[in-house]
Amino acid sequence: MMSTSQLKVKVHDMCLRDGMHPKQHQISLEQMHSIATGLDEAGVDYIEVTHGDGLGGASINYGFPAFSDEQYLRHVIPALKNTKVSVLLIPGIGTVEDLQIAYECGIHTVRVATLCTEADVSEQHIKRAQELKLDTVGFLMMAHMIDPAGLAEQGKKMEGYGANCIYCTDSAGYMLPEDVTASISALRRVLRPETEIGFHGHHNLALGVTNSIVAVQAGATRIDGSAAGLGAGAGNTPLEAFVAVCKRMQIATNVDLYKIMDVAEERVLPIMDRQIRLDRDSLLIGYTGVYSTFLLFAQRAAAKYGVSSRDILAEMGRRKTVGGQEDLIEEVALELQQAQRNLVDA
Amino acid sequence: MKINCALIGSGNIGTDLMYKALRSDWLNPVWMIGVDPDSDGLAKAHAAGLKATHEGLDAALPHFKADAIRIAFDATSAYVHAENSRKTLAQSVFMIDLTPAAIGPFCVPPVNLEQHMQSQTANVNMVSCGGQATIPIVAAVSQVQPVAYAEIIATVASKSAGPGTRKNIDEFTRTTALGLERVGGAKKGKAIIILNPAEPPLLMRDTVHCLTEGEPDEARITASIKAMVAQVQRYVPGYKLKQNPVFDGKRVSVFLEVAGLGDYLPKYAGNLDIMTAAALQTGEMFAQRLLEGTLSFPSVRTEAA
Repeated sequence: MMSTSQLKVKVHDMCLRDGMHPKQHQISLEQMHSIATGLDEAGVDYIEVTHGDGLGGASINYGFPAFSDEQYLRHVIPALKNTKVSVLLIPGIGTVEDLQIAYECGIHTVRVATLCTEADVSEQHIKRAQELKLDTVGFLMMAHMIDPAGLAEQGKKMEGYGANCIYCTDSAGYMLPEDVTASISALRRVLRPETEIGFHGHHNLALGVTNSIVAVQAGATRIDGSAAGLGAGAGNTPLEAFVAVCKRMQIATNVDLYKIMDVAEERVLPIMDRQIRLDRDSLLIGYTGVYSTFLLFAQRAAAKYGVSSRDILAEMGRRKTVGGQEDLIEEVALELQQAQRNLVDA
Repeated sequence: MKINCALIGSGNIGTDLMYKALRSDWLNPVWMIGVDPDSDGLAKAHAAGLKATHEGLDAALPHFKADAIRIAFDATSAYVHAENSRKTLAQSVFMIDLTPAAIGPFCVPPVNLEQHMQSQTANVNMVSCGGQATIPIVAAVSQVQPVAYAEIIATVASKSAGPGTRKNIDEFTRTTALGLERVGGAKKGKAIIILNPAEPPLLMRDTVHCLTEGEPDEARITASIKAMVAQVQRYVPGYKLKQNPVFDGKRVSVFLEVAGLGDYLPKYAGNLDIMTAAALQTGEMFAQRLLEGTLSFPSVRTEAA
C-alpha cells in the first residue's frame, strides 16, 4: 500500500445532480446558487449540475424537474469563481444535442455514463465531447455487476473513444472495500498513465468514505461525494467526512474542512425533504445491489399499491434490473398486489 | 401467385426476415444480397434456394428485371440505404427500409400502412424496434382523445443490440420520438432506451406513458388499446400487455412485453423480431395490392421525400 501522505485527490460534489433524486428534481434556483457558491468557497474542485438522470432526464419515467438543465446551468456557472461544473449524460436518455446545449452554457466537464458492461454506447457522445475539448469522463455505473478485468476492458474502450478519466461507479452502494481496490487497480493497470481514475460511492452499506479512501490508495484521483450526503439511496459519500478523513491521513485535497462542514449543515441539510439516512430500504439496496435511485420510486409504488417497498426492491434485484428501469417498478408493485390478493382469495 | 422480392443485407435482421418471407403466402424471396462472403445469412439463403451474392446490390441489380423483383427490403445501414434506395427505385422496385435512414415516411402497419397503400408510397421506413412496439399504443390512445405527450421506455437485452445501434444510440431516441409524434399522433414524443445484460437475456419490455388532453376516458382508451394489441399480435404473436392500462390523473401507462418468434434471432430479441415482422407485414400488403392490381409503382415521384 502506498503511503497516503504523497496522495492528492480532487473532489466532485453530487448534491446538485445525484441530490436531485431525493429532492425529486425540485431544487430551486436559489438553493442551487446557495449550495454551489458555498461549495466554491469551500474549495470543492468540481460540482455536477444536472437532472438526477442526466441531460434529457426530464420525463414521466424519472420525473419532471422544477427547471431545465439549461436554466440551472445558466444560473450556477456564472456565479462560480474556481469550481468547475460538470453534467451527466446517459446515452439512451440524453443525446449529443443535449450536450451541445450544456456546452453553450459553459460547462467544463461531461461525464458520459453507461452501465458497466455497455461502454460502447458512449462512443458518439465521448467523441463529440472530445471535439468540444471538454474534460471528458467515462462513468461506468453499477460497477459491482462486472469483475475487475471486465471493468478495465470497458474503461479501456471509453479511453479509446477519447475519455481522459474513467470512473468506477458503485451506483448500488454494494461494493466492499476489497472490490473497490481490485477494480481501481485493474483500471490503473490497463489505462494510460495520464488517464485519471475516479470513484463514485453510495453510502447504502455505510462504506462510502472507506471505499473512497481505498480507491485513492489504489490510484483514484477524483472522488465523488456530496455535502451532507445528499444523493440517491442512503446518499453519496458524505463529502465533509471524506475530507476530514483525508486530512487525518494526510491525503491532500483543495477543500477547507470547516467550510464544507458549514455548507453541509447550513445550506444542504435545510433543503432536505427528509434526512438522508441509512433506512431499511436503502440498506436493502446496498445489501442486494439494486440501483440506488429506485428507493423513492419503490416507496411511492408501495404506498400506492399497498405492498412492501422492500419486496419491490428485492424483486427488482431478482430481475437483475439496471439503472433507468424505473418503469418496471410500478409493474412489479402491481404484480405483488395481485399476488397478495390471490393469497387472500385462496 | 406470389410477388418476387429481394433482401439487401445478410445480417441478423435480413436473415430473420428471409425465414419469415419463406413462409409467406404473398412474397417469394428470390435474392439475398450481402457484402461478406463468410456471412452466415448468405449461406443460409443459398441453402434455402435463394440467389445469393456477396458482391453487393450492384451485382444483383442487373437481374432484377428478369427475376421480376417488385419489392426490396433494406436491412443494411443508414449510410448505404440512400444509395440502395435510389438504385432500386430506378428499377421501379418498392423499398421497405429497415435502417434508421428514414428517407421515406414512417410505416407502422396497424396504424398507417393502409394510408401508404392509398398514397402509393414507393419507399417506406420501419422507424425503430421501440417505435414498432410502442407507436401502435400511442395511436390507440390518440384515436380516443388527443395526446399532449407520449414517452416510451424500451428495455432490450444487451445481446440484441448490435454494433450499429450502439454506435448511434441517439438515432434510436430521435427517430422513435419523431415516430411517436408523426404516426402515434402525440403532440410531443420522447423515447428512452435501456440495455440490460442479464443472463438469461430478458424479453423486450416497453413502457408507454401518455398524457392526455383532458381527463382520460378510461373505458374507451382501454378498449382501444386492447383492440390495437390484438392487431399487432396478428403479426407478432409474442406481443402482450403485462397489465391493464394504469390511469393516474391524465397519465395513461401501458406495460408491454415482446417475445420474438425465434426464426433466426433468439426469442428474447422481440425488439428485432417486431421489426422484421412489421416489415414482412408491409411487404405482404404491397404484394397483395400488386396482385390485385390496386397498386402500381408511382411514376412521377421516384425520389420519395
